[in-house]
Amino acid sequence: MIIRAVLPAHLRTLARVDGEVKLKVEGQVTQRSILDALEARYPMLRGTIRDQVTQQRRAFVRFFACEEDLSHEPPDAPLPEAVATGGEPFLIVGAMAGG
Amino acid sequence: MSGVRLLVGTRKGAFIMTADGKRERWDISGPHFGGWELYHLKGSPVDPNRLYAAQHTSWHGQLIQRSNDGGKTWEAVGNKFVYEGEPGTHLWYDGTPRPFEFVRVWHLEPSLSDPDTVYAGIQDAALYRSSDGGQSWQELAGLRTHKSAPAWQPGAGGMCLHTILLDPSHPDRIFIAISAAGVFRTDDAGKTWRPMNRGLKSEGIPDPNAEVGHCVHRIAMHRSRPGVLFMQKHWDVMRSDDAGESWQEVSGNLPSDFGFPIDVHAHEPETIYVVPIKSDAEHYVPEGKLRVYRSRTGGNEWEALTKGLPQSHCYVNVLRDAMAVDSLDPCGVYFGTTGGQVYASADAGDSWAPIVRDLPSVVSVEAQTLP
Repeated sequence: MIIRAVLPAHLRTLARVDGEVKLKVEGQVTQRSILDALEARYPMLRGTIRDQVTQQRRAFVRFFACEEDLSHEPPDAPLPEAVATGGEPFLIVGAMAGG
Repeated sequence: MSGVRLLVGTRKGAFIMTADGKRERWDISGPHFGGWELYHLKGSPVDPNRLYAAQHTSWHGQLIQRSNDGGKTWEAVGNKFVYEGEPGTHLWYDGTPRPFEFVRVWHLEPSLSDPDTVYAGIQDAALYRSSDGGQSWQELAGLRTHKSAPAWQPGAGGMCLHTILLDPSHPDRIFIAISAAGVFRTDDAGKTWRPMNRGLKSEGIPDPNAEVGHCVHRIAMHRSRPGVLFMQKHWDVMRSDDAGESWQEVSGNLPSDFGFPIDVHAHEPETIYVVPIKSDAEHYVPEGKLRVYRSRTGGNEWEALTKGLPQSHCYVNVLRDAMAVDSLDPCGVYFGTTGGQVYASADAGDSWAPIVRDLPSVVSVEAQTLP
């Protein structure tokens, strides 16, 4: 499957990409499989979205797709069909907090 | 002609400032890593173009950046800091045990002999070493597993390992300092550690022989005389003439002995610099005057250095890693403020001029003397 992912601004700079990222995801399209594919292609993103050891989402990062907050969904839960087919992007969002 | 390169870390990015040996006109590049906190950048003493930078945000955590061309280009290297074995616990602010948890890198110290070897001091306090240019990091776990570690408590800024001094005459000797545990020394390259806090006195620690618990803000040494250490503690300026075995207060006539940075003149081992702050409750310079204090006697007798520095309505702080010296002659002295100014003196502190006035709050300044 080719899926679309959108990174927050700091991580686009870090990964040196513009706009959306297209990723080939093997098997079921889940948060985990997307992040595995993303980190394999852009190793500098390891640790910036989820902890490298526990694999838990960083507290100030959120996941959205199809106008839904999926941040608290299990990492192995299937994502909406529209994400899996590339119709809608998987949004990785930095939490809105000042500073 | 030789020159100087300053590596300046701020709350919102890094800046690199270069000048020739006169140190009058500065070129400034940056922000590098705009929007990120850069707690520290430092270059290798054996390869000045090899730089390391600690980059962090609360959103995306810790990154380590490496440059092989003096900061023109950077690449992200390893950022996996894992405690070896069981993390164990330290004391939290309320006195309850709390597991050690990685928060951020505070200080990077490149090896004196190998550009690919670099040490990292982190919060919660632990020491790491990389021998592959920052690609991978291994904890020197003998420090964090010291028998005193369960009694370590954080300072207001967190329980940070903020100072790493490598002894040029004893390759296996390293001094580190932790807020608020104190100074530790290893003589076997990090396998075992001893607290080195005898003689420190701190309000709130009634036991004058307390092994740990002191809020040491920074320590410094001169390369030619590594057995002599200088310390800016939470309160008190201290010195040790026996490689940390004992400390004596040398605050002398300072207007306040609270502060963060302390540094040593490049060519005069008894000439030291501090920037007194009003108090632990008021983290700004006393009387609205930005004054560096210099002692040419290794402490006790201090003179205010004010020429070129604001002497009214100034309420900035200078953080622990935000002062540095170059090794030109005369010695250059530099510091950055929480107000975003970076000041330079090309005459060992006699006079000062701002390089830049309006950066984000400055966290660290390092000076490289270039061939």
